[in-house]
Amino acid sequence: MARFVAHGYLRMDAVVPPEMNERAMDVLAAGIPSVPYGTPLEEAYPQGSFAHELVSLPAVAGALESLVGAAPTVDHHFVHIREPHEGSAQPLHGDAIIDVRPDAFDVQLMYYPQEVTADMGGTLSVPGSHLRRTNETDTGRYQNLRGQTRLTCPAGTVVILHHGIWHGGRRNDSDIQRYMFKIRLNPTVPQVRLWNTDDLADPAVATELSATFPWYEPATGRLEVHNRVLLWRTLTGDDSFDIDYWVTRVTNRPTLANQGSHA
Amino acid sequence: MKQGTKQQVLVLYLATSALDADVVGWSVYDGTGASRPTTGDSDEPPYKTGVAALEDGWRLFQASQLIPPYPGHEHDTSFLKHEFFFEKLRRDS
Repeated sequence: MARFVAHGYLRMDAVVPPEMNERAMDVLAAGIPSVPYGTPLEEAYPQGSFAHELVSLPAVAGALESLVGAAPTVDHHFVHIREPHEGSAQPLHGDAIIDVRPDAFDVQLMYYPQEVTADMGGTLSVPGSHLRRTNETDTGRYQNLRGQTRLTCPAGTVVILHHGIWHGGRRNDSDIQRYMFKIRLNPTVPQVRLWNTDDLADPAVATELSATFPWYEPATGRLEVHNRVLLWRTLTGDDSFDIDYWVTRVTNRPTLANQGSHA
Repeated sequence: MKQGTKQQVLVLYLATSALDADVVGWSVYDGTGASRPTTGDSDEPPYKTGVAALEDGWRLFQASQLIPPYPGHEHDTSFLKHEFFFEKLRRDS
């Protein structure tokens, strides 16, 4: 979870078995009927349907429960298709509109039924961009950022993204039509300690939360860690958590009432 | 396409407000039509620093201002701060 808070995504390679991936190609080509906004996930997809089986895979279901709880709702879903030699990429963007909730986040599940090679234009994403306050394609001017991820992956890979992460479909320079199925999920419970928290006191938590990325300006990178501390406090309910005193220092405001008497 | 002098634009995002700081992001727009740079088309920046672009003949024509944060939003993060626009002018042969 600390890595998700720092990076803004969780990647699970080849987590969907080959027989499901083969089935998915026909299912996605035919399209998956839309569901009304806010439909409970457990009601959104019929038993036996591909989408139901996808979100029921233990690794996928477990990750979703850790991030958005046991009973999320489906915001929407969409089958993305990048056509061969289509000539252009999507501009770098965050989905929906600017969304700066300090105490909740949506996730976007992205499922890749095919092996994605470099020339197929796998999704571009920018690790650590999810807490930036930007609106949709206003980041379109940025073509490349150091440390960006140009996704290549084996068939059956699932990536679960924080709603704010900067991303975009890259130009498909191959001869192959590329599919990606996306589901946006909303939490229905406070996202506090929804995951296995046995190792909360492990020093590796702070190490993960302190991760920096090559595209960060160093000064802004410090603010990113500060903001992750605030999110981690929300997710754990521990208002004393800090890293390198970043939050404690700038919130320390002694008052007269705190002064002891001096005889 | 109209004949004449065409502008190539290089946008570099630097690690600090100094022009000799390292490049952390980059974009290229080519008015000559000879290339079609796009989102996510390279992992390595064209230059290590802003000054390295000057040394290669790019002319700086705009740099982002240093603007204090809005009160109450000092810890917010948003767009990259240190944006530098360069140009080269190419004449059609």
